[in-house]
Amino acid sequence: MMRAFLSPWVWRLAWRDSRSSRGRMVLYALSISLGIAALVAIGSLGRAVRRAIDDQAKGLLGADVVVSSRKPFGDEERAVLERLGGERSDEVSFASMIQFPGTGGTRLVNVRALSGGFPYYGALETDPPEAAEAFRRGEGVLVEEGVARQFGAGPGSPAKLGEWKTKVVGLLRRVPGDSVAFTTLAPRVYLAGDQLPRTKLLGRGALVRYRAMVRLPDATDAGKALAKLRPRMRELKLDVDTAEKRKESLGKAAENLNGFLNLVAFIALLLGAVGIASAIHVHVRQRLPQVAVLRCLGAPMASTFAVYLLQSVALGVIGIVAGTVLGSAIHHAVPWVLRDRLPFPVDASFSWMAAGQAALAGLGVSLSFALMPLLPVRRVSPLAAIRAAYDTGTRRFDAARWLVGAGIAGSVLAFALLQTRSVRQGVGFAAGLAVAFGLLALAARALVWVARSLPTGRLPFAWRQGLASLHRPNNRTGTLLVALGLGTFLIVSLQLTRASLLASLRMADVGKRANAVLFDVQPDQVDGVVGVLGRLNLPVVESAPIVTMRLKAVRGRLATELATNRADRIPGWVLQREYRCTWRTNLADSERLVAGTFTGRVSPEASPVPVSLETGIARDLGVSVGDRLSFDVQGQVVEAVVGSLREVEWRQVRPNFFVVFPEGALDAAPAMHVMATRVANATESARMQREVVREYPNVSVIDLALVLDTVEGVVSKVALGIRLMALFTVLTGVVVLLGAIVTGRSQRLQEAVLMRTLGGSRAMVRRILAAEYAGLGLLAGLVGCGLAMGAAAALARFVFKTSPAFPVFEIAVAVVAVPVLTLAVGLMASRGISDSPPLAILRNEG
Amino acid sequence: MGMEDTRVQALLDVRDLSKEYRGAGHVLAVLRGVNLAVMPGETCAIVGPSGSGKTTLLGLAAGLDVPTSGSVHLAGHDMGSLGEDARAAVRNEHTGFVFQNFQLFPTLTALENVLVPLELRGGRSDPCPARELLAKVGLGERMDHYPIQLSGGEQQRVAIARAFVTRPRLLFADEPTGNLDGDTARRVADMIFDLNRDAGTALVLVTHDNELASRCSQVVRLRNGQRVEP
Repeated sequence: MMRAFLSPWVWRLAWRDSRSSRGRMVLYALSISLGIAALVAIGSLGRAVRRAIDDQAKGLLGADVVVSSRKPFGDEERAVLERLGGERSDEVSFASMIQFPGTGGTRLVNVRALSGGFPYYGALETDPPEAAEAFRRGEGVLVEEGVARQFGAGPGSPAKLGEWKTKVVGLLRRVPGDSVAFTTLAPRVYLAGDQLPRTKLLGRGALVRYRAMVRLPDATDAGKALAKLRPRMRELKLDVDTAEKRKESLGKAAENLNGFLNLVAFIALLLGAVGIASAIHVHVRQRLPQVAVLRCLGAPMASTFAVYLLQSVALGVIGIVAGTVLGSAIHHAVPWVLRDRLPFPVDASFSWMAAGQAALAGLGVSLSFALMPLLPVRRVSPLAAIRAAYDTGTRRFDAARWLVGAGIAGSVLAFALLQTRSVRQGVGFAAGLAVAFGLLALAARALVWVARSLPTGRLPFAWRQGLASLHRPNNRTGTLLVALGLGTFLIVSLQLTRASLLASLRMADVGKRANAVLFDVQPDQVDGVVGVLGRLNLPVVESAPIVTMRLKAVRGRLATELATNRADRIPGWVLQREYRCTWRTNLADSERLVAGTFTGRVSPEASPVPVSLETGIARDLGVSVGDRLSFDVQGQVVEAVVGSLREVEWRQVRPNFFVVFPEGALDAAPAMHVMATRVANATESARMQREVVREYPNVSVIDLALVLDTVEGVVSKVALGIRLMALFTVLTGVVVLLGAIVTGRSQRLQEAVLMRTLGGSRAMVRRILAAEYAGLGLLAGLVGCGLAMGAAAALARFVFKTSPAFPVFEIAVAVVAVPVLTLAVGLMASRGISDSPPLAILRNEG
Repeated sequence: MGMEDTRVQALLDVRDLSKEYRGAGHVLAVLRGVNLAVMPGETCAIVGPSGSGKTTLLGLAAGLDVPTSGSVHLAGHDMGSLGEDARAAVRNEHTGFVFQNFQLFPTLTALENVLVPLELRGGRSDPCPARELLAKVGLGERMDHYPIQLSGGEQQRVAIARAFVTRPRLLFADEPTGNLDGDTARRVADMIFDLNRDAGTALVLVTHDNELASRCSQVVRLRNGQRVEP
């Protein structure tokens, strides 16, 4: 076989044979270009991100080491920090409300009181730039740009934080180490550390985080400096973050995202390969008589096979080159598009490595797909040259077909495994893809069958002819339905999943359910806040005390010990997190008892205290009814036993808890209160927030609208990337459609000529074409949407654990848009078919 | 003349040739025990009604397919003992083909079409013999034309030039004039016989045309897959 490739004759014939179809072949080649372009752009971006992470490692944190705690740093903590040495900044952060008296706006924010020179690496990006220093001098607050704009505030606008009446000195754009995407719920507001007391927000039990940002002396290795201190830090419950650790976790996150986007791009590539294979199938079928003649003239099988294999390789190479050029252009635009979504600036330098990998994937996939339609070339008998009806044996069992099929499956699986680095996800992706392709192909067959068996007798002539085209010999209905349906499927399932998520949140906003939560209410403020709500005619749907605590032991084993022992498989966050628990006498209506008995009241001396655990956290901790737990309630150890397990409907906007104590057990512990109410609309919510915060500036309010906005924002940001990738699939579908139409053009021309010779008008020919493309598009839209609805329902049910939503408008748009697009592309590519003079066509096509 | 002697001298020696096709539950015998020998330079017409097995006999004789039983020796090679590629090599070296429907490569020019058998032998081939042959069949001015730019008769002349370009010892022709009108058919037939005479090429042709058959030195008549006396 290899010898055949060395024969100049094979190269010459491959070149000459392509003469009449070069334009078409370039079009086929382009079907993989979009997939390649996506892979090149994503691969280059991935590498640029990794490089940026490496280059800017210290800037990712703004310091060498960041130590954080939920308690103020005492002498012991300070002693540890002193031993680290170097320069230090301190930050106190908590959630609170900012008020803009100028416009009357109120909004939940993340307040950060900063003392010292942080950031040591990178800089605070502000507008105006000098605001980054002005706030440190106590001249006012730095407010996240988005929030300031939302409330019409700018530099110089009045602002109120707790009791402190001040002004906005500038707008905050970027802080080293923070990603914009994650600050949507609680946008940042910076003030100077020495101004914090003026707000009078501290010391009122709010959930506060204390951070020390350390710049180590030059040439100090953070890992070594920390090694000796780690055991002590663990004892003091100090969390430590280093630039190196941040780099690793960011790198891993970037890799995961990159792998995921690569998989979506890969779908476009696969679809393109299907397009190429289908084009080669037609090309080879047209060439089979010539192959027979070549065999008659004495050409060896290997040489004739090599001629068409060479053409397929050429298609792959052209597609790859065009895709690489396009991908590099897209890649240069990406950092600009993503500039607000990445926690650091990224260079747009082209990666040859990424291009190489994409080229390899492209060549591998397009060739393995192309081999399938090439296989019949091997079996063409020279006898076919003199006997047209001679059976070329293509229907006989051919082991090579199975081999090629296995090769295709293997290469898809290998790519998926390489990208996901997880056997489960890789196999899942490949299997999911096989199911999607399989279902679309199956749907295509079913539709061809339906089109054939439909009693079309009463339809107008054009429609009858158009529908007949869907099942005539040599039809490409299957390929086109897969090509158009897959893109539709991807985009629509994305839309539906997004709609399901948002709908499940909106569903919380019904009846008398709470849709706003007030937290950080001090015990002495409870009556006052209830009074404010009463004045505004708002109900108190719920009021719960909150006590913060940490897990000390699980079933007699220390949490610190369990956290280091991986054999127990308890997630670290479950052991180390701060639990915000409540006590009450009964279950809430968002809860359902699934095991044990709920105890509502105990005497203050009771030990162990029977507590109720949420089922998920019980599963993570590996405990069930009867197991013992110890809690550290701000220094005091409380022994508990799991008395019952509850299922909690988390979607409701109300205070929900992992652990519920009975009344009486925590009476002595310092508590805060959280309240839930229901507001009719945004105006009422704004008025409630304004009134509550004016009288009780330390109370924070969050309403469903804000949660919805946040989720919508995050989902949209994530969806944008995926949607862009899915768009590549849709465009690939269009290119495949174009290729298919161009391939069948000569057959169409002959039919059109015949139709016109028999007296059909040009308009009639156009109507027949329109009926065929509209029918095809409608079917693709319907099948794509149907599959998308199935996938979205499965995702909603099994992944997001919510009921699926099927917004009629979105689905209708897709069902209409796909046929319109198909019709437009189809008619455009068929231009001239209806106008060419019959005589000329007969001469050209003879 | 003994059997072995015939085999040594004959360019094409077909012995007791049978071909059956197996369909769903039945066996169709297309050829039954046909014998045929063609000497160098000899001309042979295979005639008979449609479905009598003419084309099958031609295909088996040229090694395009394998018989169910019997043997074919072509230019001294036992075609039954050779693989498909080896049979192709024998065809390329010793035979030429002319088809009823011309079978030109639509993507190649007339000259390139004629060059294909030479190029199949490897290396870049000298275009001179191809040009000479095309000039001889009257297409000297149209060498760079593509098949669709040529009439049926012209296409068949290109096919004849292609068949003779390797100076084959044996030419197989399947209804070479079947798709041509009377005048053109006569001219094409003349051309084939002229080249046959000039180059000493043996000729085996399948035809319905009695006039064409009568110009051959040997006529093989088939009926129901069997050779019958003329």
